[in-house]
Amino acid sequence: MIESNAAVGRHHHARHLLASCAALVALTCGVAAHAADVRVMCYQDGNECDVTAELAKRFEAKNPGTKIIIDKVPYKTVVEQLPVQLASGQGPDIARVTEIGGLSKYYLDIGPYVQDRAYWEKNFGNTLSWMRTSAGDKGIYGLMSQLTVTGPYVNKTLFEQANVPLPGPKATWDDWVVATRKVAKATQLEASMAWDRSGHRFAGPAISYGAKLFTASGDLVVDDGYKALVQKFVGWNKDGTMSKEVWAGAGGSAYRDGFEDFKNGRIVMYLSGSWQIRRMNSQIGKNFDWIVVPNPCGPAACSGMPGGAAFVALKGSKSPKEAGRFLDFLAQEDVYAEMMVKTENLPAHQGLVQKGVNYTSAPEIKAALAVFSTDIPRLSPLAYRLQGYQYNRSLMFPTVTRVTQAIVGEMSVNDAMTRLSSDMAESVKQAKK
Amino acid sequence: MGFIASCFFNLFEPFFRIGQRWLGLSRIAWLFVGPNLVIFGLFTFLPILINFHYAMTSGVQIMPAARPFVGAENFSMLFECSNHFDISTCNQDLFWKSIANTSKFTVLQVILMVFFSLLTALVLNRKIIGRSFWRGVFFYPVLLSPVVVALLWKWILQKHGLLNAGLMAGGYDAQEWLTDANWSFFWVIFVSIWAHMGFYTLILLAGLQAIPRDVYDAAEMDAASPWRTLSRITIPLLMPNLIVVVVLALIRAIQIFDEVFVLTGGGPGSATTFIVQYIYQVGFAEQIHLYGLAAAASLVLAAGILVLTLLQLKLSRAGEAGKKKR
Repeated sequence: MIESNAAVGRHHHARHLLASCAALVALTCGVAAHAADVRVMCYQDGNECDVTAELAKRFEAKNPGTKIIIDKVPYKTVVEQLPVQLASGQGPDIARVTEIGGLSKYYLDIGPYVQDRAYWEKNFGNTLSWMRTSAGDKGIYGLMSQLTVTGPYVNKTLFEQANVPLPGPKATWDDWVVATRKVAKATQLEASMAWDRSGHRFAGPAISYGAKLFTASGDLVVDDGYKALVQKFVGWNKDGTMSKEVWAGAGGSAYRDGFEDFKNGRIVMYLSGSWQIRRMNSQIGKNFDWIVVPNPCGPAACSGMPGGAAFVALKGSKSPKEAGRFLDFLAQEDVYAEMMVKTENLPAHQGLVQKGVNYTSAPEIKAALAVFSTDIPRLSPLAYRLQGYQYNRSLMFPTVTRVTQAIVGEMSVNDAMTRLSSDMAESVKQAKK
Repeated sequence: MGFIASCFFNLFEPFFRIGQRWLGLSRIAWLFVGPNLVIFGLFTFLPILINFHYAMTSGVQIMPAARPFVGAENFSMLFECSNHFDISTCNQDLFWKSIANTSKFTVLQVILMVFFSLLTALVLNRKIIGRSFWRGVFFYPVLLSPVVVALLWKWILQKHGLLNAGLMAGGYDAQEWLTDANWSFFWVIFVSIWAHMGFYTLILLAGLQAIPRDVYDAAEMDAASPWRTLSRITIPLLMPNLIVVVVLALIRAIQIFDEVFVLTGGGPGSATTFIVQYIYQVGFAEQIHLYGLAAAASLVLAAGILVLTLLQLKLSRAGEAGKKKR
């Protein structure tokens, strides 16, 4: 009887052991299933992450076993926390970033996982270089989920009230200054124009005024063209053409936009970019008619600056293949076109740029998107090069600080340019260490 | 509250007794201060050491081990000037501009802060109608977050703000309160005094109430004038409190950041850029983070504050010695 009890006990223990093993196997299988999770750190200006989540469901249906998890985060997280996570070897599989060149050393080459490399080169060739670490780098690291273009918004109602004709598509910045001043005078406005307080916004007109930005050896340089625009811009701020609150109203390199001035009808023209379209439409509404006009010209070009956000795969990914395949899925023309239509963004896909995106938005938005789209081919190659340059912020941030100091009279334009050059050189030197 | 605390300690008493028997009376003290020391070490002492490491390394890497050692290069960069009497000749002109601004701000703000705090405390110490209400009114801004204070004043002072609207309604021209260097400096001082004066007033008020009434009665019998009473009785007896107020105001003025950052952003240009904002800008606000330079500048700031703290210690000890003599 005792033996029999012991046998029952052994049998009972054996069953427990078996059950435990089965549970362990099931758990392991469960872990294996989650091994194909792809985490995407995503911030959105409008509805970009929501649309990506919608498209991800379609990808998951086609690729059973892969789960795309969209982690919606504030923009500040991407700017401040993601670089720290990446530096410490952490981070998601994919992230939506705007500091495209600056983080390039953390990007994962998804070239081995895409179906057709030639398709990527053909359609995203202009912007692939922004994600590469050097000219010799041929990797594919991600795609632009949104191409942005800087450009001016104009209060058309004020022009009509002042009975001043709108300058044509080839008008220069000087022509616009004259025209907007007339409008401001006729409509009793204090200032006629505002540019976002940003070195990125400043770079487009600087290129138009002949800035070459790079030396023959490929280093950043503040040249005569750049200085010519600084001189003009400082003058426009001093003579009251520009709204003083935007640039002179802040210190350091802090970003400040001129949207409030434009929205409240306090200025005639506002240099910002395509990402403001939704805001314009929702906040200005029927208060006045606003339009987007092509980037004004200078002696050298009629350029704005490209920019935008990119979905990039990251080196620390535990599911590199799945991350690569998901980005390849997003890059396909039909999927990408759907993303552009639903997010009301400009495409970086060359095929779509040529064919045109069939937006279903409100007429004002469609018209604005059309102007920005037609402006893309007019962007100078220098603008693309600067945007893709890893240390472009070394020029853009000190530009804001030093130009403001010249505007408020703390230093002359010449001194500001000397300081800008030395700040830039020091910043690049430190970044390369 | 006392009952709850007593219950709490009674609950743990047996454990304390066992611990005391096991470790001894002197060692158990370490057990009590240990957790605090660990927290202090981790969140105060260790960051100070790491800051020294950052100050002696350069590059943009955040991981301490990945940063190249450069010795005193960051400090020499901060102090490098071809003419030390001309800020524009310095390598880091904005650092020196921020030091100059901070010094100017500290001197003006502390003098005005102490003056107005004393004045308010003297008025609030008198038997005026609604004294409790006025005490509350003057203390209220202290309860507000510095960001709220700055936003509030920004709405008032900006070009299309409340103050200009009032001026224009009265037929006057709008002023550039925040885009003119002199005006913006004035408003930064004004707002910081408005926001913190209540705290210092409270300290001085407590000091005034501690002065024995009979001293004033004696002065009155001697027909002392109000000015003589103030200069010979009130101020000398209030001196310990005044020293505390001056030193606290000095340290706070040197560390000024949040209100100014929201109100003027350090502008126009660099007119209201102070040392802490310079550190923040160099280390965190620019896209190329120069942690080494920021750490070196923060050590310079720490040295300045250390000098002031030692001064406070010396002054308060001198005050105590003076009291004993009396």
